[in-house]
Amino acid sequence: MSKRVVVDPVTRIEGHLRIEAMLDDTNHVHDAMSSGTMWRGIEVILQGRDPRDAWAFTERICGVCTTVHALASVRAVENALGIQVPPNADVIRNIMFLTQYVQDHVIHFYHLHALDWVDVVSALKADPAATSALAQKVSPKWGLSSPAYFSDIAGTVKKFVESGQLGIFQNAYWGHPAYKLPPEANLMAVAHYLEALKWQKEIIKIHTVFGGKNPHPNYLVGGVPSAIALQSDNAINMERLNLIRDLIPRAIDIVENLYLPDLLAVASFYPEWTKIGGGLGNYMAYGDLPQNGIGDISKFRIPRGVILNKNLAEVLPVDLIDPGQVQEGIAHSWYQYPAGQTALHPYDGVTEPNYTGPQPPYDQLDETKAYSWLKTPRWKGNAMEVGPLSRMLVGFASGRTDYKDVVMEALGQLKVGPEALFSTLGRTAARGLETRLCAHWLQDEFDQLITNLKNGDSTTADTRYWSPETWKPESKGYGFTEAPRGALCHWIQIKDKKIANYQIVVPSTWNASPRDAKGQLGAYESALLGTPMADPKRPLEILRTIHSFDPCLACASHVIGPDGEKLAEIIVR
Amino acid sequence: MDSNRQSSTYSVLRQHGVDRRAFLQFCTAMAATMGLEATMLPRIVSAMETKPRIPVLWLHGLECTCCSESFIRSSHPITQDVIFNMLSLDYDETLQAAAGEQCEEIRKKIMTDYKGRYILAVEGNAPTKDGGVYCTIGGRTFLDILKETAEDAHAIVAWGSCASNGCVQNAHPNPTGAEPVKKIISNKPIINVPGCPPIAEVMTGVLTYILTFDQLPELDRNGRPKMFYGQRIHDKCYRRAFFDAGQFVEAWDDEGSHKGWCLYKMGCRGPSTYNSCSTVKWNNGVSFPIGSGHPCIGCSEENFWDNGPFYHRLSSIPVPGIDSTPDAVGKTLVGLAGIGVAAHLASYWVRRASGKELPGGTGPTEKPAEHPAEKE
Repeated sequence: MSKRVVVDPVTRIEGHLRIEAMLDDTNHVHDAMSSGTMWRGIEVILQGRDPRDAWAFTERICGVCTTVHALASVRAVENALGIQVPPNADVIRNIMFLTQYVQDHVIHFYHLHALDWVDVVSALKADPAATSALAQKVSPKWGLSSPAYFSDIAGTVKKFVESGQLGIFQNAYWGHPAYKLPPEANLMAVAHYLEALKWQKEIIKIHTVFGGKNPHPNYLVGGVPSAIALQSDNAINMERLNLIRDLIPRAIDIVENLYLPDLLAVASFYPEWTKIGGGLGNYMAYGDLPQNGIGDISKFRIPRGVILNKNLAEVLPVDLIDPGQVQEGIAHSWYQYPAGQTALHPYDGVTEPNYTGPQPPYDQLDETKAYSWLKTPRWKGNAMEVGPLSRMLVGFASGRTDYKDVVMEALGQLKVGPEALFSTLGRTAARGLETRLCAHWLQDEFDQLITNLKNGDSTTADTRYWSPETWKPESKGYGFTEAPRGALCHWIQIKDKKIANYQIVVPSTWNASPRDAKGQLGAYESALLGTPMADPKRPLEILRTIHSFDPCLACASHVIGPDGEKLAEIIVR
Repeated sequence: MDSNRQSSTYSVLRQHGVDRRAFLQFCTAMAATMGLEATMLPRIVSAMETKPRIPVLWLHGLECTCCSESFIRSSHPITQDVIFNMLSLDYDETLQAAAGEQCEEIRKKIMTDYKGRYILAVEGNAPTKDGGVYCTIGGRTFLDILKETAEDAHAIVAWGSCASNGCVQNAHPNPTGAEPVKKIISNKPIINVPGCPPIAEVMTGVLTYILTFDQLPELDRNGRPKMFYGQRIHDKCYRRAFFDAGQFVEAWDDEGSHKGWCLYKMGCRGPSTYNSCSTVKWNNGVSFPIGSGHPCIGCSEENFWDNGPFYHRLSSIPVPGIDSTPDAVGKTLVGLAGIGVAAHLASYWVRRASGKELPGGTGPTEKPAEHPAEKE
């Protein structure tokens, strides 16, 4: 008989996600549902506002992936208004982008994902001297690895557990049979959980220099708000640049000597997870990090493309304004379309919320009906996975040597082939490998900024089209980026100097979408199929695969409201 | 949970290998953050040595998690100390290891074991339309869970502008009927800590104040701690001198922006925004929006999303210069933003005055200095 496992709330993510998994007699998942259980209506709220303000509204879609919606938004408005930002603006945006990646990916690994693999309580049994030996073997260049250091950490864990107040670690899955790390590896990971927590607040200061604060630094249509004036004590000057220059080598150190060694060490204990959680096998990236303006896709550090059916021999092109490529359906979502419509490109989309789920409190949802606040985006009818694994695979399959080098080196260390990437562990590893590329690119982009300044270019904004008086009566545009969690695009229509329509399709909507009209599962749902569960009451295995995607539900569960007035009427009623 | 096993903050710190000297340094830094005088230090030390760790249930409604992200950026105290040594963060969907039923069990257990003694921290707000179906957790509406968890809380900390004021999902036309905590809970003390997000050290400062002094911070009429929201950003802005001199940024990347002149003409809301950005600053004092060349958008003020467009200078305000005093302008702005005279007067509390009054409220109470503009 089929058993149903409900995980709600899924924790250590952003936002509100519910997973229902159906198990067969051997406790393997044979069907799964992913349900976004929150909805805020940001796009409706944007209707009629000043397009230059849109970045601030959309940035508040998510504070974990802070900056990504702001970046997509200013690009969309610039695309609509015909603005090409100065090279320094692209470089500074790239620096902020890469800072976000490095910080966010490290936090994801240590603070959101690690506890799926690391048994904190097991660390109590660790021998500090043996842990020290392990740590020095795993990462010879990481300084904090003495027996005394681990003895202190072990004492910390012991006293914490003995205090009886376990805080965020209470009532978890400690002792679960799916945990495989020896006590010493667990203790090492706990120590690094704390080190990473201390470090993440440092690297993010790069955002503060250029954007004034983090989370939610400031952006600007036409460039960046922080002027550069090397001879001024009240703009970006040598002192500000030095602050950044000092933070980058530390970031590279953390990624190369803490994150990656830990990732590979943990992965080596879970070889079975290179065969679980693969899912769709369809991967998509929009690309980002322009080197010659956002219009020149060929010069992106992160390439664009689609891979279907795990076929790394072919990378297909993506066109975000081709009405036949990106489309959204609502077959299992709490929305309704006009009669006869089933799937629409965002430029032509219609959204009317229509909650038909069970009245709360409820015990379970019905997979044959609507069951999510997320819509169902598809690329040429295919369900797609987006995110670090998709980007690494597109880079790899595009023949980029930088991508190939880091992938092959890691696969070699783990003694597995490229097929291991199509898995839960592959997804988790891809995020780490991408962070490695990003940490070094951060240095490259900073060097580029210095080069520009040496060449006498300190321009940070193009203000020719700042005034709405210079705008055409009607225009439309789109702005894309690669958020840490995957491909993101905003579409905007401007009419009479105001936002007439604003639409967003975000990474977690691709990944967490419900099944479509044809019955194709979303990426989360698909990835859960076949997952073995040792103890269905303690759903550790489900968390592993879902966390490998790094879910962000505040992003995913928004509404696309092209006809704002109509939508507002319906909702307000 | 056996309450006898609770440890004081200091005892846990000591167990964690923190020596007495480091502990005292930590207390000193904390006192400085809260604007307390050095004479208050013994009291902080004493409190930290004897108080048990307070359980905190941190709920998430309609939000973007920027408050949690800000919280973990705290530099003094660092997050590790707050969540492992000072408080017991027993429920927080963003950080906790348990999921699903296991977290619901924790919430229920803390509500029972610590009835009337736990702090409820709320990030985000509750959609009230259509029975609250726009945010559900474990099949229940967030609205229900919020009300239930508030019932036995000692006090509620409303993190950020969502929980304090409504923030972005509450902006017109508020499609989900999102309402801040104060509109939903009326029988508990609520400390509003607005901002999108609030400054990290303000967040940890509020919590550590409660722990240290075993009392809630003094609040203004909007329920905000006076120690962090007592003055306008403009009052303490390092670019204020340029405002007074009539020197303004007129366009992005112009000469004024290179020289760091006042951003008022670019739409700066500093003159009508109460927050600590220009004093505490962000990310351990690195900068704040104005310091990095962008106007303040007023993110800690009620309805700030609907007071735009952001880049439009507040209308009908005379451009300051030789004919107009800054205080007159400030007064007009305050009136426009709907902030009353009481709050305005409160802005002239010197920070040390609130420090004197803190312990038990028995200290000398200074009369707020009169604002020159009020005489007009």
